[in-house]
Amino acid sequence: MEPPAIEIRDLHKYFGDLEVLRGIDFQVRTGEVVCIVGPSGSGKSTLLRCVNRLEDPTSGHVLIEGDDITDPASDVDALRAKIGMVFQQFNLFPHLDVRKNLTISQRKVLGRSQDEASKVATTMLERVGLMDKIDEYPSRLSGGQQQRVAIARALCMNPDMMLFDEVTSALDPELVGEVLQVMRDLADEGMTMLVVTHEMGFARNVADRVVFMDEGIIMEDGPPAEVLSNPREERTRQFLRMVLEEGF
Amino acid sequence: MVTKAAKPIWKRRWFVPTVMYGLLVVIALLLLFLADWATIQRNFFQLDIVRDMFPKVLTIGAKNTIIYTAVAFVVGFVLALVLALMKLSPIGPYRWFATSYIELFRGLPALVTIILVAFGLPLAFGWRIPFGTAGKAAFGLGLVAAAYMAETIRAGIQAVPRGQMEAARSLGMSAPTAMAYIILPQAFRIIIPPLTNELVLLIKDTSLLFVVGTTPASKELTKFGRDLMNVNANATPLTVIALVYLLITLPMTSLVRQLEKKAGKGR
Repeated sequence: MEPPAIEIRDLHKYFGDLEVLRGIDFQVRTGEVVCIVGPSGSGKSTLLRCVNRLEDPTSGHVLIEGDDITDPASDVDALRAKIGMVFQQFNLFPHLDVRKNLTISQRKVLGRSQDEASKVATTMLERVGLMDKIDEYPSRLSGGQQQRVAIARALCMNPDMMLFDEVTSALDPELVGEVLQVMRDLADEGMTMLVVTHEMGFARNVADRVVFMDEGIIMEDGPPAEVLSNPREERTRQFLRMVLEEGF
Repeated sequence: MVTKAAKPIWKRRWFVPTVMYGLLVVIALLLLFLADWATIQRNFFQLDIVRDMFPKVLTIGAKNTIIYTAVAFVVGFVLALVLALMKLSPIGPYRWFATSYIELFRGLPALVTIILVAFGLPLAFGWRIPFGTAGKAAFGLGLVAAAYMAETIRAGIQAVPRGQMEAARSLGMSAPTAMAYIILPQAFRIIIPPLTNELVLLIKDTSLLFVVGTTPASKELTKFGRDLMNVNANATPLTVIALVYLLITLPMTSLVRQLEKKAGKGR
């Protein structure tokens, strides 16, 4: 049987004395879109960052397609190249134009030639609808455009799965839609996605599963209709009431 | 309407500027009339001495100053980069070494380091620094410059947002690759102004090489000027070399300003 895209086993993470993740177990199957929701400080971003080991978990295991990325002997760079990640703050490389932002890791990590990398970059930029910005520097783009370039940059590595860390939280409200649309297209094309988000509409309409996290543990895990409309836990209900009132 | 007479004179709008300009004029007039211009001219501006200094002040003095600065800067910069990376290393002994080095050479006077390198090493170990005065400049001044520049480079690296390293690593780049292609290019843009500062300081510090560059062909500007000062029993050579120093440093600072503007475009 094919191993799950992401498998997390009994994951714990401390920052100093603070236990941010208190025993996480769950899986993301290939092709699945999973949204993680929960109040801030619940550990959802930390969990995501443990998946590609931007944070080192204190204990527990993260398996990427069956390979343990938390094993010190594992080739973490090679595993990361399979996992695209998009950040809240975009993190485009400001000293490089859009083309170089999209080609540099293809060349340095995958060893593609400039021509080949440029071709892939063009394809991915078309996918996010920003072909005309290929020669611009990131500072000349709007937040929404920067985030779409960041998604294209991750896609250029032909990742098997994508992590999204509150990618619309730093955007002006009118720019959120264009980024969500790109993510929706990706989901429709069958990309495996793990998405930390406050966008309940996106979670409801696009996710195959929604995970509700609070205080470092998974409180609820199920289809969106179940978790978002008919939650079992009182904490989930409370959170949803709050989010809906604040109009996220 | 408020009567203007109610306002005391020192609160009027014209009062402060007038007093400041007035003071300036008074000082200028005092200088003009009280200074002994004939003596000043005789001691600092003797045209025949000035004429005799050319072209050697440029072909020897300025040339050597520039060469010594360049070699010391290159050696210092390379060493500083290594030290900065060591200082940020997760490996303890590397950090400790870098910290000790930086503290040591920032704590010693540059002149002492130069003397140690030029005369101490040969005496103690029989090592001779190759390439004459330029070699001593590179090692003596370079060792000192590296300590200062290392801290500048480290600060530049740390000023690059953490997300840049994370984005690079998440794309599968190794730490050295990310450092070389993502972090350092951004860090260098940030440190161009302080690094220029180091370079200008270094130009002036080459005057300390008077202890090693003593042959007619190896003198830098200051030694060149001081020797002529003794020969002529006159301070005019000092005026000339001061102007030559400015001739070197002023265009450099303006060049770097332009570089900064250009680099700023990509941000």
